[in-house]
Amino acid sequence: MADLALTDTHDRDAVSASRRQLITRIAIYGILSLFALVYIVPLTVVVMNSFRDQPEIARNGLIAFPQSFGIDAWWSAWDSYCIGGNCEGMKRYFFNSLWMTVPATIISTMLGALNGYVLSKWRFKGSEILFTCMLLGVFMPGQISLMPWAFILGKLGLSNSVVGLVLVHCVQGLSFTTLFCRNYYISVPDDLIKAARIDGAGFWRIFRKIILPLSPPILIVTVIWQFTGIWNEYLFGVVFTSGTQQPITAALVALTAGGTTASAYDVMSAAVLIGALPPLLVYFVGGKYFVRGLTQGAIK
Amino acid sequence: MSALTIRNLRKSFGFVEVLKGINLEARAGEFIALVGPSGCGKSTLLAMIAGLETVTAGEIYIGDRLVNSVAPKDRDIAMVFQSYALYPTMTVRQNMLFGMESRGVPKSQQVEAIARVSALLQIGALLDRKPGQLSGGQRQRVAMGRALVRDPKLFLFDEPLSNLDAKLRVDMRTEIKKLHHRVGKTTVYVTHDQVEAMTLASRIAVMHQGEVQQFDEPQTIYDRPANIFVAGFMGSPAMNFIPAEMTTVDGVDAVSFVGAGGKLVILKLQQPSGMFEKGRKVILGIRPEHLSRHNAEMRGKEGLATLVAPVEVVEPTGAETMAVLRLGELEVVGRFTPDEAPVMGEEMVVSVDMTKACLFDPTTQRLL
Amino acid sequence: MAVAQSIASGTAGQSWRERFGSLVPILVLAPSLLASFIYVFVFAAWTFYISLSNSALLPSYGFVGLDNYFSLWANRRWSVAYTNLFLFSGFYVLGSMAVGLILAVLIDQRVRAESFWRTIFLYPLAVSFIVTGTVWSWLYNPASGIQFLVRNLGWSNFSFALASDRQYAIYAIIITGIWQSSGFAMALFLAGLRSVDGDIVKAAQIDGASPFRIYRKVILPVIAPIFLAVAVVQIQFAIKTFDLVAALTRGGPGISTTFPAIYVYDLMFQRGQIGEGAAAAIMMLVALAVVLVPYSLFVVWRRRREGRNG
Repeated sequence: MADLALTDTHDRDAVSASRRQLITRIAIYGILSLFALVYIVPLTVVVMNSFRDQPEIARNGLIAFPQSFGIDAWWSAWDSYCIGGNCEGMKRYFFNSLWMTVPATIISTMLGALNGYVLSKWRFKGSEILFTCMLLGVFMPGQISLMPWAFILGKLGLSNSVVGLVLVHCVQGLSFTTLFCRNYYISVPDDLIKAARIDGAGFWRIFRKIILPLSPPILIVTVIWQFTGIWNEYLFGVVFTSGTQQPITAALVALTAGGTTASAYDVMSAAVLIGALPPLLVYFVGGKYFVRGLTQGAIK
Repeated sequence: MSALTIRNLRKSFGFVEVLKGINLEARAGEFIALVGPSGCGKSTLLAMIAGLETVTAGEIYIGDRLVNSVAPKDRDIAMVFQSYALYPTMTVRQNMLFGMESRGVPKSQQVEAIARVSALLQIGALLDRKPGQLSGGQRQRVAMGRALVRDPKLFLFDEPLSNLDAKLRVDMRTEIKKLHHRVGKTTVYVTHDQVEAMTLASRIAVMHQGEVQQFDEPQTIYDRPANIFVAGFMGSPAMNFIPAEMTTVDGVDAVSFVGAGGKLVILKLQQPSGMFEKGRKVILGIRPEHLSRHNAEMRGKEGLATLVAPVEVVEPTGAETMAVLRLGELEVVGRFTPDEAPVMGEEMVVSVDMTKACLFDPTTQRLL
Repeated sequence: MAVAQSIASGTAGQSWRERFGSLVPILVLAPSLLASFIYVFVFAAWTFYISLSNSALLPSYGFVGLDNYFSLWANRRWSVAYTNLFLFSGFYVLGSMAVGLILAVLIDQRVRAESFWRTIFLYPLAVSFIVTGTVWSWLYNPASGIQFLVRNLGWSNFSFALASDRQYAIYAIIITGIWQSSGFAMALFLAGLRSVDGDIVKAAQIDGASPFRIYRKVILPVIAPIFLAVAVVQIQFAIKTFDLVAALTRGGPGISTTFPAIYVYDLMFQRGQIGEGAAAAIMMLVALAVVLVPYSLFVVWRRRREGRNG
């Protein structure tokens, strides 16, 4: 109390400053909360609707506090809802996406790690130029490759197949994974490699014993980047596959487009969430690495 | 027999020639220091000895075997890096084992080697730690340990102490000297620190702009530097260089230059007379410690010359005191004992030990 | 005595094994290199070639010169598409950078639970444009979304039907785009703000500069390169925009939200005009090049300059 009184009489500046600071803090949190609300609402609405009954949604609208609760919509979305005349729900497309995403992620990451290792630690004449050429792949719009891929997939007998999509995503992802790993390995001191060479280790032994044990951070970043990117990809999915071979993004578009009559928002909400869950899960588990991937992907 | 012979070695990166015909040779058990400013090519030379850089032209022999195109691992060398290059994901023990495992050395020998080296370097307690958990000095020891387990023909050190703080650097310097004494292996040691080179090496190669300027024993390099670069590089504070002209006094060769207050200073030389024609331009090199306060005892003593100069700056370091003296256009640094140290502003009468003076040719820069 | 004796026999010259060993890195790289080379150069050339051909439903190789380009640029839908692209790029890039900057600066004020806020603003990036577009199309739907909600709350004349209005549907896409990716701008800006040397901020504080002035005059100029990087990445996104529109408006109502990428897809796979579709795809590539080539040259130039000064 005494202290307070003292500051009051002796230091009006300090008091008004601290009051101003309080107002600033409130303003900061206020604005942040407002933005947060805008970001959170769409997700909340979809989550709630996936548990509400369709009649209630029709009556009260999409954005309303739930007055009913049920998990039927989830079950129906997963197992039995009809998409384009096929009444098996999302599960088939979910697994299509999974069988597409997991192998493509693993293969492109492994190749990227090897390429990055070569391009950073075993540079040869012209390797920088080759690297720049590979980088161009990062910028290529998918539209350019549609016709050539369609032709090649046809020749390989991989049209309308998940395996075909794996191939497409591997090639498309190579430039990203190589870029990520190469930029990371550049920061591994060259002296380590020299020391290992003097120690008698060769190309593969150095990779296995020295580079790989140092790699988990970048491999996680790359895997997360590839996984979310490939899972969320739509263009190649819709162009190169149809019907039961489609990945989940394409199926979601077909599902919501097909909802001509009174839209089954409950089921569609659940379906959308099924499509969004894997990358969201990855994001919430590996958020730090996800952000690192974003910043690295942007500043080349 | 030489442990290492380098003949006319050249290295170019593109159009840039970084090594311009290096000739060196190290006797078995010798400690060679490669010293020079950064960019002089000393690290490139070391990397070429290690086989980490290709040879553009010339020959490298380790023992009597030409190793120009032998892979690093087959050269029977060990190297300690400036950054230590300890494998960060391995423990100290695994770091030391890595080379032996790569070469398929029998398990029993591996264990024995680790025991021998960890006793030698007193790193037994650190064996199960990772490099990240070690202090700078400990890492330095481990890096040496990794080199020592292999018992190679040739040890290569690439500025191994430059990442340590000043005190630790002096301690480790002593350690390395002891270690070399005990192990007796031929060693090539790269450094930019002339004190390190002086204290450690049995012979020093001073390098500059891709060439060996002088390759000789430390004291010779210090006393009789081959050229102005070597003279200026070795020694701290650096040697004073005074442009001067040859003359004769009493039939003896002397140098003359314009000193304090525009007065001509004439210093008698100790070399036999008649070597240089009168009027020839030279550069007189005098080390700071060869200046001292003139006193009565010195009068008439052979080899001493005197001059008078105002004192501009005085920098005591405790053990000795540096002073900057003004000689006309020039500043000259002197190194004095604290009890004979000048004060600022003093007009000091200085004795110059001309027996130690060096003369250089101003155009070729070489020692005369 | 010798613990690990070298196995080398002392022969000069390289053995075949060593020579093969030095090829290993190149051999490892080769398949990826080949694939990337085909992907980048062969595919681009191939599509360019198709754009010069009379391909319709199926690719064919009758050479028609630039006919496809003429007919593309004569098409009203294409002009809608690139007008939309310009409109979208402008608002989307500026909007998400503005929001991102505000969020980054706010979070940089040593707020509590920083990672909580970041998690919220960044999660849209993890989900696909398809999911985002679908959900927002529901929110824009007058019969069940925001308009329905507000009318239910009592304002019975409230009208909010962006996505179903020809004139405004593009803004629905812009808003959704900003919502999705302002977190990206925030993450980059925040990383930039954190990389600013704390000492110069302290120096500015001691010089008596207000926080606003410190940001405007000291901090933001330091992170200027990040603005450019974010802008370039976002423009690149904008040019490639396909999924968001496909899920949100499907190019409609009518053709009002056609984008180049949508147009390419339609021509190639819905209308069987592969030649003209390829021409449109090449135009997209050109647009990207117009943005990226100067930027890359600028980055290289700046790096060289820094290299020289450093």
